[in-house]
Parts: sequence; structure tokens; C-alpha cells
Amino acid sequence: MAYYLGIDVGSVSTNLVIIDEEGNVEEAIYIRTQGQPIKAVQEGMKMLSFRNRKKWDIKAAGTTGSGRQLAAVIVGADVVKNEITAHAVAAQKEVPDVQTVLEIGGQDSKIIILRDGVVTDFAMNTVCAAGTGSFLDQQANRLGIPIEEFGDRALKSRNPVRIAGRCAVFAESDMIHKQQLGYKTEDIIRGLCQALVRNYLNNVGKGKEIRPKVVFQGGVAANSGMKAAFEEALGMPVYVPRYHNVMGAIGAALLAREAQVENTAFKGFGVSDMDFSADSFECHGCPNRCEVVNIKMEGKVIARWGDRCNRWKTVEGTGAA
Amino acid sequence: MRKVSFPYMGTSYIPIKRLLTALGNEVILPPKPNTETITLGCKFAPEFACYPFKIVLGTYVQVLEAGADTLVSTGGVGPCRAGLYTTLQEKILKSLGYKFEMITLEPPGRHFADLMCSIKKLINTRLSFRDYINIGRFVWKELTLLDKAERLSHKIRPLEAKKGETTEVYRKCVAMVAKAESYKELAEIEREMERLYDSIEKKDFDPVKIGIVGEIYVLMEPSANMEIEETLGNLGVYVERSMFLSGYTVSNAVMDLFHIAGERDIKKLAYPYFKEMCGGHGRESVGNAVHFARRGFDGLIQLSPFTCIPEIVAKSILPKVCEERGMAFLSLTLDEQTGREGVRTRLEAFVDMLFAKRKKMRLSSTKSNFVKEMS
Repeated sequence: MAYYLGIDVGSVSTNLVIIDEEGNVEEAIYIRTQGQPIKAVQEGMKMLSFRNRKKWDIKAAGTTGSGRQLAAVIVGADVVKNEITAHAVAAQKEVPDVQTVLEIGGQDSKIIILRDGVVTDFAMNTVCAAGTGSFLDQQANRLGIPIEEFGDRALKSRNPVRIAGRCAVFAESDMIHKQQLGYKTEDIIRGLCQALVRNYLNNVGKGKEIRPKVVFQGGVAANSGMKAAFEEALGMPVYVPRYHNVMGAIGAALLAREAQVENTAFKGFGVSDMDFSADSFECHGCPNRCEVVNIKMEGKVIARWGDRCNRWKTVEGTGAA
Repeated sequence: MRKVSFPYMGTSYIPIKRLLTALGNEVILPPKPNTETITLGCKFAPEFACYPFKIVLGTYVQVLEAGADTLVSTGGVGPCRAGLYTTLQEKILKSLGYKFEMITLEPPGRHFADLMCSIKKLINTRLSFRDYINIGRFVWKELTLLDKAERLSHKIRPLEAKKGETTEVYRKCVAMVAKAESYKELAEIEREMERLYDSIEKKDFDPVKIGIVGEIYVLMEPSANMEIEETLGNLGVYVERSMFLSGYTVSNAVMDLFHIAGERDIKKLAYPYFKEMCGGHGRESVGNAVHFARRGFDGLIQLSPFTCIPEIVAKSILPKVCEERGMAFLSLTLDEQTGREGVRTRLEAFVDMLFAKRKKMRLSSTKSNFVKEMS
């Protein structure tokens, strides 16, 4: 049987999935990137090979997320796609008649509008990361609530407190002031969820026509408080898919499947035991002063990027660009 | 001899250097904006100033350190802060202890005497009337050739069979123009340029078309917009920018002299949406969007520096303009970030979307043809 690997390297989490020919998820792994994308990918690959009950015969591999280039050279990917396309593909697989995808990840949030199965519009937060997973994480931490319980605590509230939503700094100081006045924690966090949803709809969702069915995915979709706040604000049901936190990876795997690759570039699960490292230098060839990154496997440079003039693109030995 | 320098924007440094040298000045060439420029600019500029302000201020510090004693820049009128920026930059730099003269070239129609006074300061050699004609002719030819080289690169890049070839040819063309000494040579370069672009091996492929509008500096200076045109070209997109140097010079200097509003047609196109000027190029952005849509472009990208008021105004109007005319819209806000992944992700997704839309349109049109044939 043929299987396809999808990897999504995001700012906060690195996800790996294996799907079969029909697109069913066989394995899904969610780990924290912790600022070390190479290590995270290797760890994920190791976990997959440990769970290798069926001897995965990988026909093609795809990567996505902000670390997609890096992941692609490490595992040898056939398809490297941006996360907006990947998320849209995965949402359509889960809910074929989806018209709106809300996605909130660690550092970014996006909205994707689909009509008749084609992406017609999208937006992504540009300058502000308020309301994304990292901010929620940080606030849960500050209040001493495990992030997994954050949403359920919010649902217990009957009297949400109004929190300023447009900026993480304003939101945090508002939360602290209200907390010092003695408001209940659940009222504050429900208020926070509402504020973040308000901010999302006003900022990322500005001017977009949100039609059902609405799919909510990304790490933050696990937060039932956020889901409830979206349903309340939109006045329509919001569907959270089962694999909501690895949808990007599912999309990458589906795209790899669609690419119909003859000979995959996939290097095998052995890459988890190889030594990968990265270093960088500032090129003084011209006034651009590009910061060029070397990606090394077993001490040998296998890829380089960061230069604007392609001077460093060619890597010795491989001749590959 | 005056040691003159000026802000760096695209390839404009080539004709500007030529002009200032011919008028008898020593030119200190500004460096292409790099990380050091941005660091200096951010250090000395007010925190909420826009990105172009910071880049230009950083450039000034670099050229003053390199020995410049005169800075030349254009001024402006209207509510965009950029019109006042030279004054503010002068104050900041003088408070840092630099000694120099700031020469601001105001639009001729409104401040003619002031402009003449400024220009006089920059003429430091005796020239005959004939010399002026020759200098003018040469510099204008240089300007138009540089624009032509760039336009051709936008046209050919999405079609190239070997990645990077167009960019290489473009760089070669710019270098040739920069080296030219006589008008005759420029005419030869024009032919050579066409030959070079012609010799690039091209694929038979119909690229999607994207128009780019926005604030002039981030539009014209590739290092300020992460080389958006090159990135899009490599993704198989024909890109067209709403503004080029030669056009800008005509509408803002020549036409202004005769009190004719520049880019009148574009402003007329913007009129149903945008009746008042809001400074900067806000109204032009909207007008050009309409223009691109009429010409059948698939998508529109707006580039604006963070906190740029004219572009914020345009940004609230553009989605409607684009929706009414079936053109996709993407707005990018630029600031001092140098990580390219974010912009790349958005551009890739935007281009994916345009190709998918087109594919669907084709499918549905064949379907309707089919239905027609059957009935």
C-alpha cells in the first residue's frame, strides 16, 4: 500500500502526518518546535519510525509552514507549499462544502474564503500577532491555568468581562487591571476569548463575507472557549475537524499525493539519526549584505539560502540549486 | 566643489549622478539600502515614522559619514508627511552634529522661485545653452532606457526557461547604461538590450497578470519591498507597476510647471471612489487599480509602509474596487522586517489562487460551450 508524508513546520508546533491512498490519516504527530525546527523534524521522524508497524512505503512527501524549505531539504520533499494552500486543501477534504476556513496558529492567523471548491480570497495577519496561540499560551501561563483547560474554564463563565482586543499589550494590561479589581478568572478569560475573536474578525476577517460552513482549525481550535466565542460572534455553527491541529500537514500530504511523483526525493526515516546543523554568515560581496544560511548534513553543506543574487545557491558536489 | 548626495531609489541613482556631475558637483553615491542603513535610520528616526523615512535618514547618515556636504531631495505638497520629511531629517541630522546643506526641490508649479534658487545652488560650472540641451537629452534617454530594461524584465521573467536568466540580463543592461558616455552609445545600448532580452529562451506559457500599486518609495526600491517583482516573476506572474521614474518625472515636474495636474486620467478613474486628494499616492493607487482591472489583470497587490495614511485610505477602498471588477486583491504592509518568508507565503498563496481561479473559469467556459453545442 502507498503512503504519503506531510510535514508542517510552524513557529510553535511541528506536525507530521501519514495518509494512505484514500487520504485517511494513519498517523498524526504534534510536537513543539521550541525554536529548533531541525531537531523537531528529526524527532517527529523518529517517532514515526518507532510507530512503524506497517513499514511505511512513502510514495511522496510534502512540506508546508514557515519552516517548509528547511524541512524539505532534511527529509527530501517532492512538494513544498505555502500553508494557505495546504490548509485550504485539508479543510476541503474534511468538509467538502466548506466556504470559510478560520485558522489560528502559533504566530499567525488567517482566513480563507472558498467558493465552489476554489480559494477566492484569503487574508493573513500582517503586523500584529495578538490573538494567536502564543499569546493565549502566555496568558494561560500567567494565570496558572494549563492551556488544555483554558477553554473549558472560559465556558463556565456567566458574566464575561470586557477586555481590549486590538493589541496584545492593551489586552494584557486590561486583564491585569480587571483581575486586580477582583473579577473572577473565568469571566476574564471568557472576555479574553471574545476580545480575540473580535480582533480577528475586525482585522484578518475585515471585509470578508463569512458563509457557512465554517471550519475552525489550527492549534487554537482546540480551545473550546474560542470556538464558542466564534459561534457567538458569527451566529452560525463552527466546525472543528478531528485533526484540527495538524491540518497543514494533512494538506501537504494531500498535495504530495496529487503531484503524482514517479520517483520520490524522500530520504527515508533514517534522517532522524543523521547529524544536521545550520550556520550563517554575512556575505560581503555587495552592499546587500545578505545573511546566508548553510544547512549541513553530516558536516557537508546540502543547501544554502538567504542570498538575493543566487551567488551561493549552487552547492559543491551536488550541483543542485 | 560641492560633495552632493541624495536618497537611493531603484536605479534612479544613475541618471541623478550623471546630472549632478554634469552640473559640476562631486557626487557621493548613496549605498543600496542594507541592514546598516535600516539600523541607523531606526536609531535616529521617530519611532512612528514610516519605513521610507527611516531608510532615507539612514542613507543620509551613511553618505554624510562618507564625506557629503550637500543633500538633495524632493519636497512635496499635500497632507502626506513625506513633504515635510526633508525638514525633519535636516533637523535630526544637524542635532547629531553633521554639517551640511539640505537642498529641497519643490514642485515647480507652486514654488517656482524657490526651486530655481535650489537648482542654482547645484550648478557649479559654466555651461552653454547647448550643454544644457545635451545634458537634458542624455539624462532623459538614460532614464527611459532604465525603465525600458525593467519593463522588459517584468514581461520576460515569467516566461524564461532557465530560472534567473532574465535577472542576469537586467543587471547587465543596468550596468551598460550606467557606463555609457555619449548619446550615441545609449542608442546602441537600446538595440543591444532588445537583442539580449530577445535571446532569452522562453516557454510558451500564459502568465497570470498582477498589477502593483502603492507608496512610491516601497514601490520603486526593491530592497524595501523584498524584490516583490522578481519573486512574482519567478512564480510565473507578469507584473506591472503603476509607477516608473520617467512617468513620475513628467507628471510631477514637467506637467506641474504648466499647472496641469499629473496623471489626470488616473485621477479621473479614481473619482467615483475618491473625490478628494489625501496626499501621497492614495488616489493614484485607486485610479491605477481601476486601470489594471480594465486591462484584464487577474490580481492587484498594494504595497504600503506601516502607518502610511494615504495608503491606509486607499486600502479601505481597494477591496471594493477589486470586487466590483472581479480582480483579486492583496495588501502588504512593509516595515523593517527582513525575514522574507511571510511575504513569500502570501505571494505564493495569492498566485496559487489566481491560477486556480483561471483554471476553474476555463473549465466552466468549456462546459458552457459544450452545453451550447448540445442545445
